[in-house]
Amino acid sequence: MSTIERLLLKQEIEDFLYLEADLLDGRKFRDWLDLLAEDLVYFMPIRRNVKFGQHDEKENTRQGEGISWFDEDKWTLTKRVEQVLTGVHYAEEPLSRVTHMVSNIRLLDVTPTEVTVGCRFLVYQNRVEYENYTFIGRRTDVLRRNGESWLIAKRELILEQNVLLAKNLSIFF
Amino acid sequence: MTNPIDTERGLISREIFVSPEYHRAELEKLYTRAWLFVGHESQIPNPGDFFVSRMAEESVILCRDARGEIRIFLNSCRHRGMKVCRYEQGNTSLFVCPYHSWSYTTDGKLQGVPLYRSLYEGTLNRDEWSLVPVGRLANYKGSIWATWDETAPDFLAYLGDAVDHLDQVLDCRDGRPGGAEVIGVHKWVFPSNWKLAAENFLGDSYHNPSHRSVDMIGMSGSAQPGQRRDNEYTNAQRVWIGFPAGHGLTAGIAHPDLEYTPTYAQYPEVDEYFRYCFYERKRRLGEKARNLALVGNIFPNTSYHGRQPRSLCVWHPSGPDKVEGWRFFLVDADAPAAVKDVLRHYYMRYSGPAGMTEQDDMENWLYASKASSGTIARRYPFNYQMAMGKPNAANLGPGLVATQMTDQTPRNFYRTYARYLNGDGWDSLLGRDLQPIRRAAE
Ligand code: FES
Ligand SMILES: [Fe+2]
Repeated sequence: MSTIERLLLKQEIEDFLYLEADLLDGRKFRDWLDLLAEDLVYFMPIRRNVKFGQHDEKENTRQGEGISWFDEDKWTLTKRVEQVLTGVHYAEEPLSRVTHMVSNIRLLDVTPTEVTVGCRFLVYQNRVEYENYTFIGRRTDVLRRNGESWLIAKRELILEQNVLLAKNLSIFF
Repeated sequence: MTNPIDTERGLISREIFVSPEYHRAELEKLYTRAWLFVGHESQIPNPGDFFVSRMAEESVILCRDARGEIRIFLNSCRHRGMKVCRYEQGNTSLFVCPYHSWSYTTDGKLQGVPLYRSLYEGTLNRDEWSLVPVGRLANYKGSIWATWDETAPDFLAYLGDAVDHLDQVLDCRDGRPGGAEVIGVHKWVFPSNWKLAAENFLGDSYHNPSHRSVDMIGMSGSAQPGQRRDNEYTNAQRVWIGFPAGHGLTAGIAHPDLEYTPTYAQYPEVDEYFRYCFYERKRRLGEKARNLALVGNIFPNTSYHGRQPRSLCVWHPSGPDKVEGWRFFLVDADAPAAVKDVLRHYYMRYSGPAGMTEQDDMENWLYASKASSGTIARRYPFNYQMAMGKPNAANLGPGLVATQMTDQTPRNFYRTYARYLNGDGWDSLLGRDLQPIRRAAE
């Protein structure tokens, strides 16, 4: 891949991720679901305080085993969207105000069908009157080519917290 | 001055949910005495294994010492208080304090004191400076409990007849005793008073409307619309029970001829497993198998989900208006991998801060606490008058057994609570004056 092709691809991916953030922050949850591949893996581990030298092995809970904050599929995320749209999911009724920021975007791996993208996320949530939460971390997405656009096939969210400093994870990341 | 905890009239002052004075009194008079859940054997299988836990606002180390014995001690150096262990779990032969390097063996004994010979010899007797151990410790079917009070009664005496219900959390699904495994722990903080969370599990079925959204979408294991868990209780007599030591719960008592209700029916292999467990449990336990746990709270702050999902959750106070929830998710250690996989997914989408059901609880607890803190608000008590004066069932087992939703169970909880704050002796804390402890089966 030439440098110019790579730059164009990166620009295209950035546009896609910003569009995605717009859908979420604009509360277009159903449209957001359309960006998710049917075989989506959506994963946010729980982070643990471990001894020096054990980080690779033990710091994060693992996808596919035990308990994480999220380790789920599109069916479950669809249920979450349906729940918010009932209008009586009180943890999101009234709806929170949310802004998703995405930065430090890098293409980590490019194949003819998929691109692995690394970035940082900063998600700000303000709820009712005085509730404020800031979720900051690293994210790795696998995006799959879908005609003129992309589908999110995998999302791994490494939240930089141990004890979760929020009462709920009622928003989408 | 009216009684702030008037359980006779069902009026409880908001002060106990918001005031720093009550919070202080709870820490000093209640949390220093009651039995508290600390962890599970499966988290520390080998000598030297440790898991850092909490007892109310204090950090404790749950540890299996070099000889294999289970210990719990305060996670604070006897020298100048540094937290001796800031890892969550692991294996060690020594806890070395980061501050001045005093070191403690896995049984809590002070071993190393730098420059002992030249600076402390003749003054410091190492035997007297062990990490502070709990007063009493109990291992009940793998669940580890502790109290700071050496004079506390045995854990089983404390539990009383609630034991048959806790058993259903700790025992295998097919009725074999014990055999559970912790597959993960949630830890999160939320603004609320801890008692609101505990109350919820005392059998507050009345709050079901707040979970309407999750019932509407249907997230049960069988993905039936209109329910958030598989309906195992349809043909059961629902009961709401309060026990003399303050524990409370709601459960179902199944019809003697109850047949299996499809469970996690989206997944045939899992459904088949639970079908097997259902009949095997019936065969093993006989009459006792009719008891179908739902939710409950072991006084003061250990709540459980007994079947779908299955966990123990401790609501640690962190100030009057903050709670740190620690939820321990359980499966049968020897369940097939496919079963464990379906269960963990169900647990994650049901419970805790990311749980579609519990999110709504946290919202309620937060704003109920907040809206009760004002000077005017505090003048008006909470109402606990539901089903007051309704007769209890005498033939459905021990405890105060109601067959309709009731505030009798929380009234019973707060009666015990008031006794702790009053500094009562153990006979009173166990409610020995309230009713004879009936253990029909024994
Ligand atoms: S505080 Fe632990 S050695 Fe000084
Ligand atoms: Fe609830």
